[in-house]
Amino acid sequence: MVWDATTWEMLKTGIWETLFMTFASSAISYLIGIPLGIFLVVADADGIRPMPVLQKMLGVVINLLRSIPFIILLILLIPFTRAIVGTTLGAKAIVPPLVVAAAPYIARMVESSFREVDAGVIEAAQSMGATTWQIIWKVLLPEAKPSLFVGAAISITTILGYSAMAGFVGGGGLGTIAINYGYYRYQTDMMLVTVVLLVIIVQIIQESWMKVSKITDKRIR
Amino acid sequence: MEKQKPALELEEQDKEQNPIIQLKGLGKQFKTSNGPVTALDDIHLEINPGEIFGIIGLSGAGKSTLVRCINYLEVPTSGTVIFEGVSLAGKDDKPSLAEKLFRFLSGGSDQAKKNSEDIRRARRSMGMIFQQFNLLAQRNVLQNVCFPLELIGTNRKEAQKRAEELLKMVGLEDRMKAYPAQLSGGQKQRVAIARAMATNPKVLLCDEATSALDPNTTKQILGLLKQINREMGVTVIVITHEMSVIEAICDRVAIIDQSHIAEVGKVSDIFSNPKTPIGRQLILGDAAKKVALGTERRLRIIFDGRESSEPVISNLVLACKVPINIMHAETKDVGGKAMGHMLIQIPEDETEANRVINYLKTVKVAFEEVR
Repeated sequence: MVWDATTWEMLKTGIWETLFMTFASSAISYLIGIPLGIFLVVADADGIRPMPVLQKMLGVVINLLRSIPFIILLILLIPFTRAIVGTTLGAKAIVPPLVVAAAPYIARMVESSFREVDAGVIEAAQSMGATTWQIIWKVLLPEAKPSLFVGAAISITTILGYSAMAGFVGGGGLGTIAINYGYYRYQTDMMLVTVVLLVIIVQIIQESWMKVSKITDKRIR
Repeated sequence: MEKQKPALELEEQDKEQNPIIQLKGLGKQFKTSNGPVTALDDIHLEINPGEIFGIIGLSGAGKSTLVRCINYLEVPTSGTVIFEGVSLAGKDDKPSLAEKLFRFLSGGSDQAKKNSEDIRRARRSMGMIFQQFNLLAQRNVLQNVCFPLELIGTNRKEAQKRAEELLKMVGLEDRMKAYPAQLSGGQKQRVAIARAMATNPKVLLCDEATSALDPNTTKQILGLLKQINREMGVTVIVITHEMSVIEAICDRVAIIDQSHIAEVGKVSDIFSNPKTPIGRQLILGDAAKKVALGTERRLRIIFDGRESSEPVISNLVLACKVPINIMHAETKDVGGKAMGHMLIQIPEDETEANRVINYLKTVKVAFEEVR
């Protein structure tokens, strides 16, 4: 294959599309996942505001969504995607299925971060007459912050991995280039380049979020 | 509220005598997979305003559950908690439809009660400190002390001023910007005390507050609690498994054993005359067991400081002409008074033993037989 300006242009678009898909769907997934994660912890039978029936129901729905393979979800959600973004092609069209797949995953990540918060600290807040909302805003979220950042590093890189599957349904990004050139056209060198780029992006995301987590954590100094 | 003077005085006197906290027939059962477990059963206690009240028991006796029932962190399954004359269980009026739905979703009315506005208001009048300090790890010392003030909506400046005052009181004015991870155990407990006092509570609940601290730090923290009690007039309730803590600061003590109150009374009274085996065990500690050799008769002699000039044991030996074996002796500071006790072994022979007992009775030294 030839390495000309068009190739570089294509790779540049690929990088941009990958980043767009990853961060747009991560952001939306977190907007959905954080409240769900909070609910899973707070409404648990031994949580601070137990609603065991609703909590169990939500747990089942989340497990259900998480057990559908992403590639199947991509196809199942085509009508939904079309209704929302108006097209089923391109990077934009991958965001809705990515959100549907990632939000339940993130809800579980957030849940596990919140469960790490020392029960004694929550009890102390209760002993001071804190309301459920105050405990969520002033205890759970700030105390779980470092762990939430570590979770974000894992979640975002996982979403990036999912986004690479978009190529199979005419999405966009580096994954699509890898599939179209590397897999369908046997251009191994192109596949290698895209994979290396993906590795670099994952490294940067992982390391920078871990750093954020460390900087904000006041427990170790 | 303006009344004639005598009436006002009477009222104030009444206040002195009215308990600030009353527990009436309090019981708590936990449902576990092995069937229900009774943590507390028929607890009656009255705690007076301004006193330091101790609750002591071995681990598993139910003392931590008891203190959590006082501020409804645990909802008692029976009985009532009365704080300043008002029952924490609240009025039992008909719940609204929304309330019913909430109770259904919450898995029972107990959970709904635990979070009610009335309970929260009562909790703000009761500070609490813990064995593990339970400070917010992501907030610095000053922010930790400001926390309860933020909860009630005090403005930032005022809250900071109050927090600074409190930190000065506990001697941590130079560590205000430190994070809990940078503090020692004793310093953390000081921050916790300052935090618990931020909202000017009337009661301070201490759940094993010194159990994670070394003896020296324990002494300092107990001193601080006593100072808060004396200077701010705060009623302090101390939960512990260490008799030394009770002896050091408490006015009155309740001994809790197997979910029941075994005995209640002034610390000096219980020290000199425990009525229950558990009381004796807590006061003597391991000493009674360590010297439980053979079948000899043993007496525990209690000194309350008055007889210090009199050589009791020497006189006893000279008067009764019997050999006495001293097995254990110590002096303790009980509520600021030096009190001592001694475990002696007396002859098994009935007449000789009676002679010793009679001698002790005539010289009016408190004692009791230990078996």
